[in-house]
Formats: sequence, C-alpha cells, structure tokens
Amino acid sequence: MDIGDSVIDVSGLRRRYGPAGDKGFEAVRDVSFTVARGELFALLGTNGAGKTSTVELLEGLAKPTAGEVRVLGHDPYAERSAVRPRIGVMLQEGGFPADLTVTETVRMWAGCTTGARPVTEALELVDLLGRKNVRIKQLSGGERRRLDLALALLGRPEVLFLDEPTTGLDPEARHNTWDLVRRLRAEGTTVLLTTHYLEEAESLADHLAIMREGRIVTSGTPETVIGSYPARIRFAMPVGWFVGDLPPLAELGVVRHEEDRGRIELQTHELQRTLTGLLLWARDKDVELEGLDARTASLEEAFLAIAGANPAGGPAESGAGLAGAGLGMDSVAGRNA
Amino acid sequence: MAMAVSMSVPRMMALGRAEFTLLGRNKMALYVALLMPVMMVWAMRRAIGEIDLSKAGISANEVALTGAFGYILLFAVYQHLVSAYVARREELVLKRLRTGETSDAEILTGTALPAVAVALAQCALLVVAGVLWLDLRAVARPDLMAIGLLLGLAMSIALAAVTTSWAKTVQGSQLVTSPLMLISVAGSGLMVPLEAMPGPMADVCSVLPLTPVIQLVRGGWLGGMSAHEAGGAIITGIAWTIVASYGARRWFRWEPRR
Repeated sequence: MDIGDSVIDVSGLRRRYGPAGDKGFEAVRDVSFTVARGELFALLGTNGAGKTSTVELLEGLAKPTAGEVRVLGHDPYAERSAVRPRIGVMLQEGGFPADLTVTETVRMWAGCTTGARPVTEALELVDLLGRKNVRIKQLSGGERRRLDLALALLGRPEVLFLDEPTTGLDPEARHNTWDLVRRLRAEGTTVLLTTHYLEEAESLADHLAIMREGRIVTSGTPETVIGSYPARIRFAMPVGWFVGDLPPLAELGVVRHEEDRGRIELQTHELQRTLTGLLLWARDKDVELEGLDARTASLEEAFLAIAGANPAGGPAESGAGLAGAGLGMDSVAGRNA
Repeated sequence: MAMAVSMSVPRMMALGRAEFTLLGRNKMALYVALLMPVMMVWAMRRAIGEIDLSKAGISANEVALTGAFGYILLFAVYQHLVSAYVARREELVLKRLRTGETSDAEILTGTALPAVAVALAQCALLVVAGVLWLDLRAVARPDLMAIGLLLGLAMSIALAAVTTSWAKTVQGSQLVTSPLMLISVAGSGLMVPLEAMPGPMADVCSVLPLTPVIQLVRGGWLGGMSAHEAGGAIITGIAWTIVASYGARRWFRWEPRR
C-alpha cells in the first residue's frame, strides 16, 4: 500500500445497521477514496446520505461491515492506540459535562492527550479565552462547537476529522473557523471535513466527494465537479420578441433553454462564446436584454443536481439516474438559500 | 506494559479530577454518596437491636458497623456510579471521550475514582469510629478486610456499568438500581447476619454478590474466619466481579439510544 503520500485510504467500505435483510439498513455502500497528506478533503451530502456513518468508521468508533480503512497506515478500529494520538476528532454531536467550566473541560481533555497544547493556547485558537470560566451549560451552541474544535486540536494532530464543524456558528465565527482550518492545512495538517455548507467546501477543499444514499456519486476537485455543470445566462426579451428570434441556439453552444413568461434561461458549457454571440445579436438588432445575468455553475447547483432536487440540471450520466428520487433536500437547500 | 500504565494513570487521574469537581457541584449526588450510608446505618442499627443475635454470637453494633461497608458500596459507589455513567452517556460525554486516546476501561475507571475515594474515606472513618467510640475490637485481619473491600469496589463498579443499560435517564437510574439494593440489604448480611438466618435461606443468600464482601469485611474486622470460609468468599466475590465485568463489556452503551 502507498503509505508514503496517502494518509487516509478507504476501499469498498460498507456499514450496516441492524439485522441482515429488509429490517437492517445499509448506511454506507461501497465507498472508496483516498486523501493525500496535507490535503483537505470534503464529504458532502444531504442529511442521511451516510457522511457521519462513514467518518465514524475512519475515526475508529465502529468496525466496518465490509471493506478496509487505513488511517496513517493503520486500521483505526483494531489499532486504536497507534492511530488516536495522531488524529483529532470533532464529532457532529459531542458532549461535555454541563457543570464543568471551559477551562476545566480543556484541562480534563489535556490530561487524556499526548503532547497537549497549554489550555490558554487551545482556547486562543478558537477565540474562547474570554469565556474560560463559564460553565458548559451556559455556552451558546456556537461556543460549544468552538470548544469542541479546540479539543480536536489539543494534541496537534496530523489528521483532523471535522464533522460539520461550523453548523450553528454565526457568519463571523464561521469565517474565523475557516481561517483556522486554512492555517492548519498550511502547516501540513490533513483534514477530512463533512459539511452542509457548499461555500465551505468550495472555498476550503482540495478534493471533495458528494454522497447520496450511502454512495459517492461524484468526486474530484471543486473545479472539476463544478466544471461538468453548465453555466447559465438569464435575461428577458422586450415585448414583441421571442426565443425564436434569437440566432440558432445550438450554434451559440446552448445545450438547453427554458422560457417562463418572457424570462429566458440558456445553459451552456461555453459561456464566453454563447454570451458573445448573444450580445452581438442584441447589438445588431438593437434589442435590450433586461436583467441580463450570466454566471458559471456553482457547487450549489452541482450539488442540487446530483442530490436530486433539480433533476434536469446535471449532465446526463449523473442527472438521469438521480432524477425524481425525492430526497429530503429541505435542510441543505434551506440553509444555503 | 510499563509504558502503557504510565500513560494510563494520568489519563484516569484527569478524568477522576473532573468527575470529583462534578460531584462537588451536584447536591443530589453528594447527598446519595455522603449522607445516605450514614442515615441507613443509623436507621438499621435500631432494627438490628430487635433481632435475636444469640445464635450468631455477634453484637448489634458489630453487625451494624460491618454491614455499613455494604451501605457505603451500595450508595456511594453503585448508586452514585449508575447515575454518573448514565448522565455522562446522555450528555454525549462518553461518546466524545471515546474519540480520544483514553481506552474504554480507563474511561469507566477514571469516572469511578471519586466514588472509590469517597467510599475508602468513609470505611476508614467507620473503623476509627467503631474502635474508638463503639467498643469494637481493633481489626483482626486487615488483609481479609482489604481484600473484601477491594473486591466490593471492583464488583460495585462493574455492576453499576451493567445496570446503566436499563436506564434511559438519570432519574430512571434510581429505579433500576433498586433490585440489587433491596436484595443486598435484605440478603447479604447488611442487616441480618447469615448465621442468624434459617439454613436453606442462608445458603441462597451466601451466593448473592455482596455477601462474600460483607463476610470478608466482618471476618477481617472481628476475626474468627477460617481459611476455608475466607477462600470460599473470595472465590464467590471474584466470580461475581468477572461476571459483572463481562456483562459490562457486553451490554454497556456508550451513547444514548436513538
């Protein structure tokens, strides 16, 4: 195995809850990926897509039903004591004793961690020094997340697992956390992150994978994942003009178009060529394209297309099989709206 | 191995220290751990006075003070730890701790350290009080008493861990501990020495978990326990500790049931 540059190696991973057959549920179905040293890898997906179930296997909290996991060259479940001192973990939902203060909690955790940072340094990292004597039960949800992150960073880990690290944080705290994660990555920490926030993955990740129903449906760099989705041009035609008056759309590179009460949307993989053609036509005919808006695809569009809320959006090979799956997109779409 | 131990002890001390702080801030837990054993002994001393102990050859004070070790194990260790483990489980503290370097056994042991310290302090006070003020003899066989107490501590911790699997909330933990508490008070010699029981009943009671512990403590303090009796009690005590530890490994839940 190539231990030299891959820090996390996952192949054919499966995780099943409950008994065999219909009564059980397979949350992770044949997942494979690798994360190189110093890389930030983001795992995306709707609620219930299997992200946390996958991450828990990487953290060594449970034994996979099938498949293999290697973290730093070791089995994180069977060789827990070889892996744990070198990793830091932030669970999606971890807890601290309600009646301890922030300092007491960090001190307890430091006592359980090899080569722990001083308490003050750990709290400074996440901007919690001002709350050091406050009881856990009096912290806000966002402050608890930051404390959790401080504990994950306490042992200066080589590999960091962050399960939805910024959920519940206000925008400023979220950006501070992103800066901190970028700094850690710059210092060489390998990071595996799950998130609901697509902008988080887009701005932080070197590589990402999108999960759906326990499988990875798309993976690559943010650019390649987004790049397979078309750019969009939107505008309205003046009264008396119709889509049919435009030059032949196929020649402009348009792969798809829609019209809704005079608002027109064109989709293209060649934004510059399509836009140039459109604008030259408009100048030629002296037509004003109202509310003209052109943009490349975002990760959000790619994600929505893949996850099934916008079945018509994606490229045929991934769009077709996913259309109309009726996935619960509420939380993701809602939070990112 | 030495290295593993040298890492293990500081981790358990760190957990124990945090748990000690929490005990100090939890009035209900303090009440259970500190006052309940004293109140039970005081209440039972009067009841024991009514029992005919002539056949057992032991005074009411001797029964009450040696039986008090049982109340201490039941309230300060068993009852307290069931509540503590359930509270930490429901707060997701146990789940969070398991992501770190601390092993499962270290988490359970570290969390139990304050209870062990409180119980040892109470037992020491009990012996001092008994010898100085209540005319009990000095401890005859400290070795047997120590073995009994250590077995009792290990067994109570393991039984507490098993018991947590039936409790969903800290309040519920009061309920699930009651069967063992009642059986032990009635049948393990805390109130009525086995020697004062009818033969068949004494035979059944002799295999209850806390019975060998009380027998060893009583024999250790008052003397007169044969090597044969002591050996039998130690074997029964170890057997219960192993069964309870196995049960804890098998059934202990590290996170709330969803």
